[in-house]
Amino acid sequence: MTDARVIPIKGKDPKSSARKKPVAKKAAASKGASAGARSGGSRRSGGSAAAATAEEPEPRPAHEPLPGAEPEPVAWDRKVANALAFMRRRITGDYEVDEFGYDRELTDRVLNAPLRPIYSRWFRVETRGLENIPDEGGALVVANHSGTIALDSLMTSVALLDHHPARRQLRMLGANLVFKTPVVGDFARKSGSTLACGPDAERLLNKGELVGVWPEGFKGVGKPFSERYKLQRFGRGGFVSAALRTKSPIIPCAIVGAEETYPILANAKTLARMMGLPYFPITPTFPMLGPLGLVPLPSKWIIEFGEPIYTDGYPDDAADDPMLVFNLTDQVRETIQQTLYKLLVQRRSVFL
Amino acid sequence: MPRVVLVTGVSRYLGGRMARILTEDPRISRVVGVDVVPPRMDIGGAEFVRADIRNPIISKVINAAEVDTVVHMGVIATPVQAGGRMSMKEINVIGTMQLLAACQKAESVAKLVVKSSSSIYGAGPKDPAMFTEEMEPKHTPGSGWAKDSVEVEGYVRGFARRRPDVDVTTLRFANFLGPRVDTPMSSYFSLPVVPTPLGHDARLQFIHEDDGLEAIRRATVGDHPGMFNIAGDGIISLSQAARRAGRLTMPLPVSSAGLVGAMIRRFGLADFSPEQVRFLTYGRGIDTTRMREVFGFEPQHTTPETFDSFVRGRRLNRLLPPERVEAVEEQLVSLLTGGGVSQ
Repeated sequence: MTDARVIPIKGKDPKSSARKKPVAKKAAASKGASAGARSGGSRRSGGSAAAATAEEPEPRPAHEPLPGAEPEPVAWDRKVANALAFMRRRITGDYEVDEFGYDRELTDRVLNAPLRPIYSRWFRVETRGLENIPDEGGALVVANHSGTIALDSLMTSVALLDHHPARRQLRMLGANLVFKTPVVGDFARKSGSTLACGPDAERLLNKGELVGVWPEGFKGVGKPFSERYKLQRFGRGGFVSAALRTKSPIIPCAIVGAEETYPILANAKTLARMMGLPYFPITPTFPMLGPLGLVPLPSKWIIEFGEPIYTDGYPDDAADDPMLVFNLTDQVRETIQQTLYKLLVQRRSVFL
Repeated sequence: MPRVVLVTGVSRYLGGRMARILTEDPRISRVVGVDVVPPRMDIGGAEFVRADIRNPIISKVINAAEVDTVVHMGVIATPVQAGGRMSMKEINVIGTMQLLAACQKAESVAKLVVKSSSSIYGAGPKDPAMFTEEMEPKHTPGSGWAKDSVEVEGYVRGFARRRPDVDVTTLRFANFLGPRVDTPMSSYFSLPVVPTPLGHDARLQFIHEDDGLEAIRRATVGDHPGMFNIAGDGIISLSQAARRAGRLTMPLPVSSAGLVGAMIRRFGLADFSPEQVRFLTYGRGIDTTRMREVFGFEPQHTTPETFDSFVRGRRLNRLLPPERVEAVEEQLVSLLTGGGVSQ
């Protein structure tokens, strides 16, 4: 092993980092401890996760104040007028897309709308460590990938947009297969994603965007259920180079719950090859139950953002030092893996 | 400072206007325009020489006039303009070779300006969002105008190596559009029903014809060797462009593009080379930082403004004029709220 340091992701209590393992073990033994570690901070719901999130008030109304829109509360006639104005802009093409193809208005009003109930009702996502995400400026969120289809990335983006105080839009980096696929690629671009490549990552970070990356890629989402929560290879560390070049902090993020949405029992490789897919999942419900098999199991999710790993202390040519890049990659990977184990121990049940 | 300028492709719209703009510059004593057919439009005080740049006669023209600056605008974008793909390729590739061969021999030539295209970057799912000048294409264009442009740039690089004393400026333009210029994109958006790739929405960039000509003029009279991407600010998506033009779109699976493309080509409506279809599927963005910071050029029109000027200039018969949509919206609002909405 190299000198990569494991920076544990802290809950809210700074002291917990020093005695992370004992806390995790205690948490397993007594739920009280885990509830204590979880409560506090900026989150509105503390205490027992299941109960709290079930009663959690509706997420704040969806959209950021758009140009021309009034802040809440709005009268119903204003709402109608806004909706009509939105439709008019759509019909006449009077809206803006950025250079990556991100259509902010469409994302906010249309594309995110169906995700919000899935986030709060179906998966009852609990977020921790949101204060580790800066209010402004470029930062790179690095997370584990799982769950057959990339629902985890969508939920992370809802978490940051609706629950972060600065309402940050996560700009996700996707594999080229995403952009090759009709409809999927189109929606991905419109909702702010772009190709996972060095130039795009650096461009976004230089513009001060919050960038999300899932370095495991298809190896992560397509792994069998038996390997759940075991991080796969972390690519070639390209995300670390991008962070070093732009001196942006790396924020490790651990997502628990997505693995159980579509447990992959087997992978029909021949079928996958025929359809040009990286894998073809056989889950307990898919393809046996047909379209019904597409409904994800309602697992309980926890998304925890860890302490930022700052990269501005490294020299300017640090990105050209492969050893340093590998070490940092390893450090991020280990941090996420340890946090996953911690969260798994704290979790009481897959579905509650 | 150039004294004698040779402009190729002068019988087409942009070449003709360029020749006229250059004659208006008092510092330039002579502008020679060459093309295979006589110009249809007024090229001002420029002299027209009917010469095919595909044969060595071009060398005599350059020597006789003691040309010191060559503006190469003779690369044709559509087979319709050239009378078939074969002769288009000949004009583009063989023509450029002949022109550069002549320039290499001519002692008087000190500057070469090439109007190239951003199509050399290709288009595909592996592309970065924005191409900078030093990036290599991820999907090398395999056909049509884009392939010709790649070859033309290859010959220009070879020329620059062999004549290091000549300043070479290569301008890679986004698609030209504007009230008057005819390009593959203008004929595409003028189709009564615009076929679009199903499930894709390409990012497009345009350069206004006036801005493009100003960029070429700047490269001709100034001293800006190098390679520059030239495009208007901003991006417009294909669906958005179709809406702004008030066109009906017909999404078709990309696999059927060959068939539909052939039909549209047959009727001479628009160019649909496989490369063009790829472009309309995946789109492309070019980074214009170098244009601003090194070339020192700021286009007057953004990409959406360029597109709107094209729509107005062509008087495209909009299915749903924005005024009418707005009127309907206002009516609906007043109907629903009893006119109580305060703006």
